[in-house]
Amino acid sequence: MTVRIPLVNAYPGEPCRVVQIQGGYGLIRRLYALGIREGKVIRKLTTQFMRGPVVIDVGGAQVAIGFGMASKIIVEVNR
Amino acid sequence: MRILLMGSPNVGKSVIFTRLTGVNVITSNYPGTTVEYTKGTMRYRGEPVEVVDAPGTYSLDPTSRAEEVAVAMVKNADLIINVVDATNLERSLNLTLDLIRTGKPLIIALNLWDEAKHKGIKIDVKQLEEILDVPCVPTCAVTGEGIKELVSRLDEARPSEFTYQDKWETIGQIVSQVQQVTHRHHTAWERLADASVRPFTGIPIALIVLYLSFRLIRLIGESLISFVFDPLFERLWAPLMLKLSALLGGSGLLHGILIGELIDGKIKFMESMGLLTTGLYVPFAAVLPYIFAFYLVLSLLEDSGYLPRLAVLMDTFMHRLGLHGLGIIPMLLGLGCNVPGSLSTRILETRRERFIAATIMAIAVPCMAQIAMIVGLVGKYGAKGLGTVFGTLFIIWVGLGALLNRILKGESPEIFVDIPPYRVPYMKAVAKKVWMRVKWFLKEAVPFVLLGVFIVNVLYTLGIIQLMGRLAAPIVTGLFGLPKETVGALLIGFLRKDVAVGMLVPLGLTLRQLIIASVILAIYFPCVATFTTLARELGLKDMLKSVAIMITLTIIVGTLLNLILPR
Repeated sequence: MTVRIPLVNAYPGEPCRVVQIQGGYGLIRRLYALGIREGKVIRKLTTQFMRGPVVIDVGGAQVAIGFGMASKIIVEVNR
Repeated sequence: MRILLMGSPNVGKSVIFTRLTGVNVITSNYPGTTVEYTKGTMRYRGEPVEVVDAPGTYSLDPTSRAEEVAVAMVKNADLIINVVDATNLERSLNLTLDLIRTGKPLIIALNLWDEAKHKGIKIDVKQLEEILDVPCVPTCAVTGEGIKELVSRLDEARPSEFTYQDKWETIGQIVSQVQQVTHRHHTAWERLADASVRPFTGIPIALIVLYLSFRLIRLIGESLISFVFDPLFERLWAPLMLKLSALLGGSGLLHGILIGELIDGKIKFMESMGLLTTGLYVPFAAVLPYIFAFYLVLSLLEDSGYLPRLAVLMDTFMHRLGLHGLGIIPMLLGLGCNVPGSLSTRILETRRERFIAATIMAIAVPCMAQIAMIVGLVGKYGAKGLGTVFGTLFIIWVGLGALLNRILKGESPEIFVDIPPYRVPYMKAVAKKVWMRVKWFLKEAVPFVLLGVFIVNVLYTLGIIQLMGRLAAPIVTGLFGLPKETVGALLIGFLRKDVAVGMLVPLGLTLRQLIIASVILAIYFPCVATFTTLARELGLKDMLKSVAIMITLTIIVGTLLNLILPR
């Protein structure tokens, strides 16, 4: 069964399909530029203490984005 | 004619630039090393043409000052070399498609080709060339592979006829057509890469890395001083200077300027204050060893790819200071010299962040020249001396950042950074980078040190320092508890902070006075080189605000230290 959750709630390393980015033009544009967009399968690698940045694997490359941004990325996971 | 190098951050544009022009620029393994454009020339069709290395940008829609610089350059380019990251074609094509729409003649360098191969990524160059309708050349700039072909095919650069509707759909199609990825197992490097951004393993790793870095800097710096430079000056240079002193008659104006004062009939390199004694000893024997050691370690850290990971770990903390994790980069560079530190604030997105970063750096991050002198001055007291000075500066750094974060409207944006893979630093590149930075120090700093020493002599001879000392006595003596001669150091500190710290040596200060004077000299005002850079980066209004903060803070901190430190 698939469920939709914010990326920050995914398990580390779990494949997540991006279904929606709940942000403004600016955020969407920046995420797109790093290859994070609807339909892409990404993985959350690590999170830091106290809502620190989230490290994401996008097609073998890693990016770190703020917790706030990561919670605006809605993904679909198999549970 | 002007050729422009464009590409995403950290794909090696600067390395290609150096290969094309022979002009050396600083390159590292983290996004945002180049924040200013650099120009060089190369021969093309038998004529010299201008080549411009632009800061990296992910698209033609800029998100930071550094990216703005890059985007503004496109208009004036006659030919664009789009440097593409072969290990991440998908991300790179975003900018490529933007560039295609500008209608400028374009050629693509598929850089990091060797790394892509290692990663199991295969790109069909021929097909990519057909689709994009511009020449594509695989390159490995660090080793120089493919650069010749890139140059020989510059003639083929042309405006592309390729058109597209939906950008991301197009990119997806192109990638699936030309790229094949074979799966392969995690390497040890990648496991280390993961461990260094996980908090439970990452924080201990960061502490170890930073501790080892500082130990290494101190070890190299101290060893160079005590085994190479001190013996050189004491055994070879001092006897020569004594002969010159005798030749000049042991006193007089010229003797004062060249040799300075003899102390107990001997030359004391830290105190004599002559151009040929202290003027040479300070930059070469006291500071240069530390500059070299610091830049060697920094360059290794930069090229390994560790800094963005440190930024991620520090992010939560840096948010307290109104910055995000990348804010540590201006601070680390500032520890070398505040000038590149100020310039690198451009990697931060907002004016507020740049103001905070530049201000706390200029105030509380002493440069290596100053640190080396402070270590020389109070190092013999151990943690009681050094710990108090640098502890105070650290508290100021954190406190001021937190205060500015409270006062200034707005909040700091979230971190958004590409984390490059670890790479074993390419020793030739590291050596070149260290040499460039050391050369920069020798060229920019040494003349100022000599000028500083010269001016000290002139001011003393004319009695100006004594006069200023009497004028500033209420603050310097009354509030800070320092002898009024310290004013001389404060005056010269505007020129060079290392000379200023050196001027404290002959004053015979007590430990508490040394601590207060060292801290005050670090925070009261930036040196002239930093001041001009900051004024340019921040604008006049923000610079004045920054200066007001410095002066207020100096008075508060100086008075407090005078009250708190045991007599």
